[in-house]
Formats: sequence, structure tokens, C-alpha cells
Amino acid sequence: MERVLAYRRLIIIGIFLSVGLIFIIRLFYVQILVDKYILSANNNVLRYIIQYPARGLIFDRNGKLLVYNEAAYDLMVIPRQAKNVDTMELCRLLGIDKDEYTRRMIKARNYSPYRQSIFEGQITRENYGFLEEKLFRFQGFFVQSRTLRKYSYSIAAHTFGYIGEASPEIIDANPYYKSGDYIGINGIEKSYEEILRGEKGMKIRVVDVLNRDKGSFQDGKYDTLAYAGTDLYSSMDEELQEYGEKLMAGKKGSIVAIEPSTGEVLCLISSPSYDPNLLVGNIRKKNYRNLVFDTLYQPLFDRALMAMYPPGSTFKLVDALVGQQEGVLFPTTTYGCPGGFSLGNGQMVACHSHPSPLNLMGAIQISCNTYFCRVFRSIMDNSAYPGIRQAYEHWRKEVMSFGLGKKLGLDVTGELNGNIPTPAYYDKYHGKDRWKSMTIISLGIGQGEIGITPLQMANLAATISNRGWYYVPHIIRAIGRKDSLNPDFRVKKVTDVNPAYFEVVVDGMADVVTSGTARASQIDSIEFCGKTGTAQNPHGKNHSIFIAFAPRLNSKIAISVVVENAGSGAEWAAPIASLMIEKYLKRTVKRRDLEERMMNADLIHGINIKNESGKGHFLPD
Amino acid sequence: MRAEKGIFYRIDWVLVVLYLVLVLMGWLNIYAAVYNDSHQHITDLHQKYGKQMMFIVASILLAIIIIIIDPKFFAQFSYFFYAFFLFSLVMVIFAGREISGSKSWFQIGGFGIQPGEFAKMATALALAKYLGSLDHNIKNPRHLFMAAAIIVIPALLILAERDTGTALVFLCFVLVLYRAGLTGWVLLALLALPVLGVLTLSMNKFLLIAVLFVIAALLYLRTRRHSRHFLVILAVFLASTGFVFSVHYTFNHILEPHQRQRINVLLGINTDLKGAGYNVNQSLIAIGSGRMWGKGFLQGTQTKYNFVPEQSTDFIFCTVGEEHGFIGSLVVIGLFLSLMIRIVLNAERQRSKFSKMYGYGVASLFFIHVSINIGMALGLLPVIGIPLPFFSYGGSSLWAFTILLFIFIKQDTQRYELV
Repeated sequence: MERVLAYRRLIIIGIFLSVGLIFIIRLFYVQILVDKYILSANNNVLRYIIQYPARGLIFDRNGKLLVYNEAAYDLMVIPRQAKNVDTMELCRLLGIDKDEYTRRMIKARNYSPYRQSIFEGQITRENYGFLEEKLFRFQGFFVQSRTLRKYSYSIAAHTFGYIGEASPEIIDANPYYKSGDYIGINGIEKSYEEILRGEKGMKIRVVDVLNRDKGSFQDGKYDTLAYAGTDLYSSMDEELQEYGEKLMAGKKGSIVAIEPSTGEVLCLISSPSYDPNLLVGNIRKKNYRNLVFDTLYQPLFDRALMAMYPPGSTFKLVDALVGQQEGVLFPTTTYGCPGGFSLGNGQMVACHSHPSPLNLMGAIQISCNTYFCRVFRSIMDNSAYPGIRQAYEHWRKEVMSFGLGKKLGLDVTGELNGNIPTPAYYDKYHGKDRWKSMTIISLGIGQGEIGITPLQMANLAATISNRGWYYVPHIIRAIGRKDSLNPDFRVKKVTDVNPAYFEVVVDGMADVVTSGTARASQIDSIEFCGKTGTAQNPHGKNHSIFIAFAPRLNSKIAISVVVENAGSGAEWAAPIASLMIEKYLKRTVKRRDLEERMMNADLIHGINIKNESGKGHFLPD
Repeated sequence: MRAEKGIFYRIDWVLVVLYLVLVLMGWLNIYAAVYNDSHQHITDLHQKYGKQMMFIVASILLAIIIIIIDPKFFAQFSYFFYAFFLFSLVMVIFAGREISGSKSWFQIGGFGIQPGEFAKMATALALAKYLGSLDHNIKNPRHLFMAAAIIVIPALLILAERDTGTALVFLCFVLVLYRAGLTGWVLLALLALPVLGVLTLSMNKFLLIAVLFVIAALLYLRTRRHSRHFLVILAVFLASTGFVFSVHYTFNHILEPHQRQRINVLLGINTDLKGAGYNVNQSLIAIGSGRMWGKGFLQGTQTKYNFVPEQSTDFIFCTVGEEHGFIGSLVVIGLFLSLMIRIVLNAERQRSKFSKMYGYGVASLFFIHVSINIGMALGLLPVIGIPLPFFSYGGSSLWAFTILLFIFIKQDTQRYELV
């Protein structure tokens, strides 16, 4: 019996071996064949902690710090570890109610009970002070340091732009950005985003099942350092910018100043503006909404780059230059002015009373409408071209060579093209080739469909002061090291007009200030050249416009000033421009009462408008 | 002097070395599983590995005592041990301490002792004693019933402590009965029942019964249509049908919700990775991330940072898989297989039937522990909390297995005698 059953040892051993074999096959599958377990293992224990670099700083042209970073704190929570929290106290410190606390807690727990979530983002240093001393009482909460943008001066909000959290669309489009990252949304912050942002770093930490830190992964072999963003050196003159913003207080409009020899933007003012510190950190959302809904002031609208104005009489300078280039106008050309330019259909472009007849210089000085209507008509009806269409196209090309009608390429986002109408536009409006010089005559005095931004106007002044060329305006003169500028800004843009034709125009502009339309704005110690403009518009009173450059030779500043619905160019824009010129060239302004009158005038509400002895004092243009 | 020297030479040192290697590996693995930077010393008595070291030292003392004791002692006192541990199993139901749902611990000073661990050993002794007696024949239904009772009574008591895992272990003694002469159909049935059980839970039970009926009908048609065959097939069919219904009923009405969950997870009916499936998933992650050669001693992240629950006890095999990889796992499984096969071969050479049956009991106990524990860690079996011999942290288990093994080693030294 016993002997017979001895074979059963083999069956039992066979059972042992088969189970062992099943295990080995299973182990082979789990450990060698499939990858998902090792991936899950890394997921379990590795935490990738982003090291946020400090954003680059921005300095003004004199080395003043304009934009910098301040430490800010994200209050983080690990829901699983948040126990015995004095909810009332924490809510009080954060200024939230119990429901909000619960809501945020649920959100964090849904993300992960073991991993950190942002409970309150971007707490400023001041507010963090209150929290810090009590933080130890809130188990499971801790802070992670970030940085907040800070502005030394409450100026140039549009130009600086602002930063905000990268949107899901941006994250999808650009793998660099992860949820919670900040990105420049407009202004310099956007156009120089890749330079300012620096390089994020990554620390890989090992954590246990309760997300407790257990040290670096493989002694930090795979960690990367964060590199701070590169600093930007702006050509902006902080004092000039601030001064201009004060002058524009209570007015809608814009001031743009450029250094003609370099194309460097000295100031870029859009009024009304806002304090850039409002759009920082956790107050940004609320403040942004308030700014968006402020439809009276439209503070977010960057007029310097986005508003298109008819240039009014300032455009007569372009007529003068293009007319000479086209061979239909000479400095000696004289036209009489019978008080207006008759359109032949009973209608008339009116002109103010002035000595007549005038030559070109005189016409610029006095800003004679009749003269420049005739100049424009002679350009359009030039017999050198087969028809007005060709003449117009040629005119348009030459006008656009001054940087008008298209984006100049400023290194701040938001710039618009302006508008120099195409022939197709008139075809559409009047019918194909059914328009004549008389139909579009208002272009000659800078009215009608033409639209020019304040930046383009300032660039026009710079181009005239350079006698026919300009550099693309730019507000950043150096990136990090002082010599590293975008090469596009070193390419001279030359107009289609021969430099020789500029002298008479410059002489005329000098006369505008000394004895012409803007003579009330002259500065004793500085010889400067300017041109007034009074742009009719459908929104109310005329826009007051002035463009100028100073000094007359080797100009240091070219400027455009637009004050919306304020009246004639001589009344508001010219004095403001002259104050800006004085401020920039002399650093102090001697004409204190003019300065005070300009600063205090609130044209939006019609307060403190006591401009000398009334309208008669200012010559119309 | 001669006799003692004789014993020394008659000890199966292969088994002793296998034992020592496994115990040492187990200790190092517990150290790796519990390791933390603030308590680095492996002999730190406040840590599990320090305590395990004490347990190991005590085990070796126990082993030496067993080797010294008169070999007849165990055979003679088998029933006494059995009765003693049955009594302690009853006692623990009343006086025991409840740990994670099962009331299977005695608290003695700072240590907890699980009488269930020792009851396995006592049952192996009592069963060997019963089957070893020349008067008893397994073919005799009355003797079979007695043998079965020896196995089932402690199992039922342990079940009453709500320690399902340990109770399940007693199933392994079927192998001893088989070696003693029980029909091989029982083994086949044991193999078929889990398959049928899994099918019951994963498909419609009426469809399953229909399939069984068809199989039964085909089998009958293939036989010579003797009425005896008909009766056997009918009986098996009815038994299967009854089994299907009882599994269904047990699963839905008797099993605890957590047990139901574990089975659902295993069968892939439910993959609740945060709840019931968490343990097994984390266990597989730990083992799977070990790859071919493992992450190295103390380099395992999943086990060291507590992603795997119960890692020093039920899921200790994860540490092996993670830190020592496929190769390390192969070595451990190989060592256990060597141990079990060596015991079976040694059992076969015993002249004493008691020793032989006891040897099979020992091998079967190792076999079921290793199978269930590793099978669970590999996600092949539902989560059943039983220790991996010599590897899982705990004094009771280590001592019980040490005593179990060394009684056999001692009996083996007397293999030429009819004890």
C-alpha cells in the first residue's frame, strides 16, 4: 500500500512547481514586459517642483528702476494634512467667509488630498506679514514664494502692460507654459516676454505616501536651475513721462516723444491712464473688471498706439513735401486765398482770414487751407500720370514712406495701422474711377478718411527733423548688455522725398512757433519747429493736435500731442508740447503759470478751462 | 558522545541552511521595508527590524532546544499540543484582542501572540499522529471523517475569530490526506471549484448551469451508459449546481462587503484603485518597478515610502520585487520551492509513518502560505492576510514556522527508526 502511493510525491512536487512557474510567468509579465508599473511608481514618489525665476527688471533711460519684483506668497494647502484648523481665524486673515473656505477646500481635495493646491494666490508681502506669525497654527497650510510685479512710479501703465496666468489656450499652444505660470499679456511684458521671463527650473523631490518630502531625487542629478529673466533698458525718460501724464490729467489724448536721431521713444502717454500697480497679484481680477467697465474714461485703451485721428493741418507738411517731390510745388509757388477753396459745386473749404497771397513757407506758418487744397489738387491732377488713380497711388506710396498708414513696428504690443485709404476704397464708395481730386480734396488738409496714430504723428515730426529718414521707434534701447538691440531698430527708413525739399518745410515750421499759429507757445531759450492741427471729428469739439521737434538743428526730441475734443491745436496741444520740450531739454520748466493752467484744466468735465483771453487769441489753422 | 555526534551528522544541513538563508533574507527585507533615515541601525530594538532580530535569536534557541529534545516527545504529545491549542483558540475568542477586525491575538506584556499560527503546527502533528497509526486507514470512511475533523475543527474556530486567511490555510492538509491515500478526485475538485466559483461570479448562473448540463450530458453519452456512470455524473452535476448557487449566495449574503470588494477587484469586475483595489495596485506598482535587477537594497521607493500598505507583513514580497527585481524574486521563489521539495523528499525517506505524514504537513503549510501570500502580492488571488514564512514581520509566525520545520528536521534525524 505504502509503496504504491509513493508516486504521489511526484504529483505533489508537480503542484509546487506549477505554482512556482505561474508566479515566475506573472513576475516576468509585471516586471519585464509591461511599462505601466514603473511609470506609476515614478508618479507615486516623484514630485516635480517648478522653480520660478525672477522676471527681468526694466530701467528708464537714466538708469532709474521702473519695474521690479517683490516677493509674494501663495498660500498652499495639503487637504489631507489640514487638521484642527482654526477656520474662523484663517478666514479672517484672508478676508474670506466660511463658505468660500469650504469651497476652496473641496476644490483642493478634489484635485488631490495628498498634493498641494493653491489656496490663496499672490499674497503681498504686507498681507503676508499678518499671516506669517500665525501660520504655524494652521496645520497643512504652508506658503510657496512667488514674485509680484511692482512699479516704482505709477506711470506708463499701457506701455508696461501687465502679466497674468497663462490661459489654457496658451498652455496648449506653447509647451513651455504650465498651469499657474505667468505670462506677459500686453505692453512690453508681452513683446519682450521671452526675454523677461527667464528660464524656469525644476527640482525633483521624492515624497512618501503622505506627500512628505524625503529629499532630492538621485541627489539632484536631474534638477535644473532657474535663470532669472534679462533686464531691459528702456529709452523712456521717467521724469518726462510722469510730467506728461500730469499735463494730460483730466484730458483724453496722447503724448508721444521720440529722439529723432535714434528712434528711441522718450515717452508714450495715453490719457486717461491707471496705476499699473492695480493690475498686480490677487487684486488684478477685480481692478481689471472695474477698468474694463469704465466706459467714460476707457482707461485700458492705449490712445498713443491705437487711436486713429485725422491729422488735420499737421498733414499739410506732408502735402508740402510730396508736392515738391512730385514737381508740382516749389518754395516760390504762390496761391491767393479768397477765404476758402471752392469745390466748384457751390461748396467750399473755408479758411480763416490772413494775408494773401502766400508762398509755401507762409502757407505753412499761417496754415492756409486754400493753399494746400490747391497743392493737393495739383498732385492729383498731375499731367505726368495718365490719370488720377495713378497719381493717387503714387501719392499714397510717398505718404506711406513716412511711416503713415501702417504699423511702424514699435516694440510695444497694440499698435494699429492707421489709415491712408486705398484707391479701392474710393472705388467702392464712389464707384470705380468715379472720383476726382475734388472728391477727395479734404485729404489735402488732413481730414476725411485719413487716420493717423499719435505715434505716427511723432514719428512724422522726427522724420522731418531728420530731413527725410527715421528709425523704427522703439522703447527698449538695450536688452541686458547695453549693446544688444534688435537690429531692426538700426535700419534707417528713408522717405521717398528728396532731403533737399525739407528745408523750406522746416523753416515754415519754425515760423509757426515764432510768428505763426503756435506763437503763444514759444520758448525763449529754445528754437523749435512745430505745426498745429485742428481735427474736425464726429465726436464733438475739434481735436487739438500739435507736432514739433526741438531744437531746430540736431533735434533731441520730436513730439506729438493730441487732446481730444479740446479745440484748436494752438489752444491745448501746442502749449503742452512746448512744456514737454522745455522739460526734456532744460529739465525744469520756467513757465509755471502755463504749466499750472495746463495741468489743472479738466477738459473731460469742463473744469478750470481758462485759457488766456478766449478764442480770439489763438489763430485757427 | 557518540550519539550526539551522530545526531549532528544526521541533521539535514541543507534544510537548516535554507532556513537560515530565508530567515536572514526576511530580516534584511523587513529592514528595507521599514527603513527610515532617523533609525538606521538594523539592531535598533524600537524598530520592527530590531524586534525581528530578537525574534530570530529566540527562534534559533527554539530550534536548538527542539534538536536536543527526545524525538519521541513530539509524537507522543501530539494530541496534547493539539488539545492545548484548540483550547487557546477557544480562549482567544473570549479573551483575545481585536486587531484590524480579527480577534486572534493574545496580549502578553508588550507582545501579541497569535495562537492560530501555532495551531497550524499542532494540527500537522495531530494529523500525522492520527494517520501515522497503523490502525487507521484513510479508505475507511470513519477514519477519513476523523482525519477531516482534526483539520476542520481548528479551522472553524479560527473562522470564528474572523481570521478567514488563517482558516483557509488548513485547506493545505488535503495534500497530506492525498498522500495518505485519499482519491485524486478531491484534488481535481479543489482545482475545479475555484474555476467554477470564478465563473459563477463573472457570468449568469443559469447560463453556467446550462453549460454544465450540456457537459454532463455529453460525458454520459460518451460512456457505456452504465447506471453507475449515470449516477456519478448526475451527482457531480447536482453538486456543481448546488455549488454555483451556494457560491452565489455566499458571495452576496455571507461575505463581508470588503471581502466582496476584494474579489470583485481580483476578477476585474471592479477596479477601484483608491479603495479596495489600492493595495494590489500599489503592490504591483512596487514589484513592477523593480524590473530585471531591482532598484537595489534600501533603494525601493514604493515600499520605503509606505505606498504599499502592510508592507512589512502581508505585502513583504513587494520589497523583494522592487529592490531585487525579477532575479531577486526568482531566487526567493526558488529557495521556497527548494525548501518544500526537500521536505517532501525527506518525508518520503522516513520509516516512521508519523514522520512521513508530518513532513507532508510541513511542506503543505509552507506551500499554501507561499502560494497565497505571493499570489496575492502579484494580484492573482484576492487579498488574504496571511504571512510569508520567514519574511513577514512577526514573532508568532516566525516561531511557529521554526518549530514546525525543526520538529521535522529532528524527526528526520531518526529516519531509520520506527518512532
